[in-house]
Amino acid sequence: MPTEVLMPALSPTMEKGNLAKWLKKEGDKIKSGDVIAEIETDKATMEVEAADEGTLGKILVPEGTADVAVNTPIAVILGEGEDKAAIKATKPSQQQKAAESAPPAQAPKQETKVQDTPAPKPSKGPEAPVQHIASDPDIPEGTEMVTITMREALRDAMAEEMRRDKDVFVMGEEVAEYQGAYKVTQGLLQEFGANRVIDTPITEHGFAGLGIGAGLAGLKPIVEFMTFNFAMQAIDQLINSAAKTLYMSGGQMGCQIVFRGPNGAAARVAAQHSQDYSAWYSHIPGLKVIAPSTAADAKGLLKAAIRDPNPVIFLENEILYGHSSPVPRLDDFVLPIGKAKMVRPGNDVTIVSWAMGMTYALKAAEELASDGIDAEVIDLRTIRPMDTETIIASVQKTGRAVTVEEGWQQSGVGAEIAARIMERAFDYLDAPVARVAGKDVPMPYAANLEKLALPSVAEVVEAAKAVCYR
Amino acid sequence: MAVAQKTPTREPKVVVAEFSKEEELSAYRTMLTIRRFEEKAGQMYGMGLIGGFCHLYIGQEAVVVGMQMTLKPGDQVITGYREHGHMIATGMDLKGIMAELTGRAHGYSKGKGGSMHMFSVEKGFYGGHGIVGAQVPLGTGLGFADRYRGTDNLSVTYFGDGAANQGQVYESFNMASLWKLPVIYVIENNRYAMGTAITRSHAEVNLSRRGVSFNIPGDQVDGMDVRTVKAAGGKAAEWCRSGKGPYILEMLTYRYRGHSMSDPAKYRTREEVDEIRTHHDPIDMARQRILEKKFANEEALKKVDAEIRDQVNQAAEFATQDPEPDPSELYTDVYR
Repeated sequence: MPTEVLMPALSPTMEKGNLAKWLKKEGDKIKSGDVIAEIETDKATMEVEAADEGTLGKILVPEGTADVAVNTPIAVILGEGEDKAAIKATKPSQQQKAAESAPPAQAPKQETKVQDTPAPKPSKGPEAPVQHIASDPDIPEGTEMVTITMREALRDAMAEEMRRDKDVFVMGEEVAEYQGAYKVTQGLLQEFGANRVIDTPITEHGFAGLGIGAGLAGLKPIVEFMTFNFAMQAIDQLINSAAKTLYMSGGQMGCQIVFRGPNGAAARVAAQHSQDYSAWYSHIPGLKVIAPSTAADAKGLLKAAIRDPNPVIFLENEILYGHSSPVPRLDDFVLPIGKAKMVRPGNDVTIVSWAMGMTYALKAAEELASDGIDAEVIDLRTIRPMDTETIIASVQKTGRAVTVEEGWQQSGVGAEIAARIMERAFDYLDAPVARVAGKDVPMPYAANLEKLALPSVAEVVEAAKAVCYR
Repeated sequence: MAVAQKTPTREPKVVVAEFSKEEELSAYRTMLTIRRFEEKAGQMYGMGLIGGFCHLYIGQEAVVVGMQMTLKPGDQVITGYREHGHMIATGMDLKGIMAELTGRAHGYSKGKGGSMHMFSVEKGFYGGHGIVGAQVPLGTGLGFADRYRGTDNLSVTYFGDGAANQGQVYESFNMASLWKLPVIYVIENNRYAMGTAITRSHAEVNLSRRGVSFNIPGDQVDGMDVRTVKAAGGKAAEWCRSGKGPYILEMLTYRYRGHSMSDPAKYRTREEVDEIRTHHDPIDMARQRILEKKFANEEALKKVDAEIRDQVNQAAEFATQDPEPDPSELYTDVYR
């Protein structure tokens, strides 16, 4: 059965093109892959290859014709034993029957069917799912509370999970023999051996990708970045490979992996070693982002992160590593990811922060109390998924909100919180939401300038007073 | 900076590898399936049924088919975005692949991945990755998992001559060699990184030597002959499985079509393409051998051709009839 050759599209946006030249003439033998014509658009010249064998029976569109619409028949190819008389037979119905040997001729039929598929109304897509996240587990009465540093809590979390699951391993720079650049992995090599506690070369992009590959294969890596500042070398792998693969595979292939390490400013290390990445990673669907401020939260959330089947960014803080706080002595203390914690109840203003920001928030709340302002302080703990409910419930009570973060203000986490409050609790607000954030400059080295660049307790107090009109 | 190098020598070591009748026929069938599938994909792209980018594998079929013949269950395969051939060679279903190309509900990724992003845990195919070179650390991680679990499986990590200039490739080489990971790095050198000839972009054009400073052995292989590919792959696989670490195979191959469907291919001459097509086509050469050795006659091969056309047409039919994904799928598979 004769086969029609259709005007091809060179790109999804092409609607028509010029038929520049025929390279075969009627009667020529053609085999699959032969260039039979050249077409051109305003962007490119392209060759049309035959997809079938046969004889060029008839040229339907002569060379030099401009503005030929895509999918217009431009020639007819005759199969073995067919002569020109058969060309008349290429009526649409017969073309469809001839689909096996005449692929392009299927177009009209197929396209009709595509259009027949009821298209979703573009104006109304499905609703985004609502997350329901469990509250923190009850700690049994009489449980002993042990005061340890956040550094120890993180180490304990990893060790417990590694004892529990042999697929969990730790890799990163200096995590093994050196015992961790910040001593977070202290003792792990001795307990678990070099097969599960792995010193990597200084090669963030490479070992992040290698860890993700191991995760795709079903292992559960914990990848330590000496700091998240160095993870910018690896961010393509974190976002394009770790965060997106589950979706791109239709749910078939995911990656259970934790990327952890210190984030944000330490002290006097200047611009390249002081950046806060909370906002960066929290922008990405497919990632979970955790940033604890206490030893107990660090332990319970890191254990949860290691067990979570999704890629998790676990942002620690160098200054907080040495801070001690009580952790319940329980066999298996795991906290829910995505649940904020109200750490100080109050009625006058809501202060929302996380990680290092909590040190400013809590001190400010104390100062405010002595000025007669009763601040409620919420520790976000998880940046993504963000616990909007807890924030909204608080703002509905207080009518005022201040966000505190060390990162920059533009497109920051505080901006996101303010937007959510505006969307969900606008009518409850008695004042615009205030944001306390890192100043809009690269982190300076000089001690006085560094202090000015970071948020301070005084700024939080001032912002809280401002939203209370005091 | 335009410093012309002399054209790289493309005279790889000839490894004699005679195929049995079964091997020859099976390789022929798979290569032809890839060829016909890709031709059909090209047509469907031209008809507007496939969107976005579409990188065809036509001309390179012998590489993936020969390599696949050296693998065993549990081995992993990963590559970049020119991956339709790899999926067919690992035994993935033509309908599922084509339906993903058309963005339909029963595509391998439910229509959410498209041409460059398909996966099959069942067939050991780990994608389908759209960022040039990103699959190299990932594939190294697959090999890491094999070593961690103490199996004798290996990862075949494919990338092109273009990706071979990415820094993460060398970060991966270093770790793979350091930790003796079972990874075969298959560099599919089709001479052009998009439109840039290898002589204009590579300081060392013999890519099999790219592992020298990491102590990774490498061979240049005639990637147009499925038999030499299989022989080289078998040697590399044995090396990896015996715990000696990674191996590099530079496959000298050629893509007949443009980099993607929207590539006018003005950076090379038609004569160059024709020369390869006429004298080095992996499928024509296999066909010739089959006839000469009387493994099958013309008629039997015509039957094979017809069967493959039929399968490909069925896949195309399926991929155009299958509905688009349900709108409710928009928010699924972000987390699990």
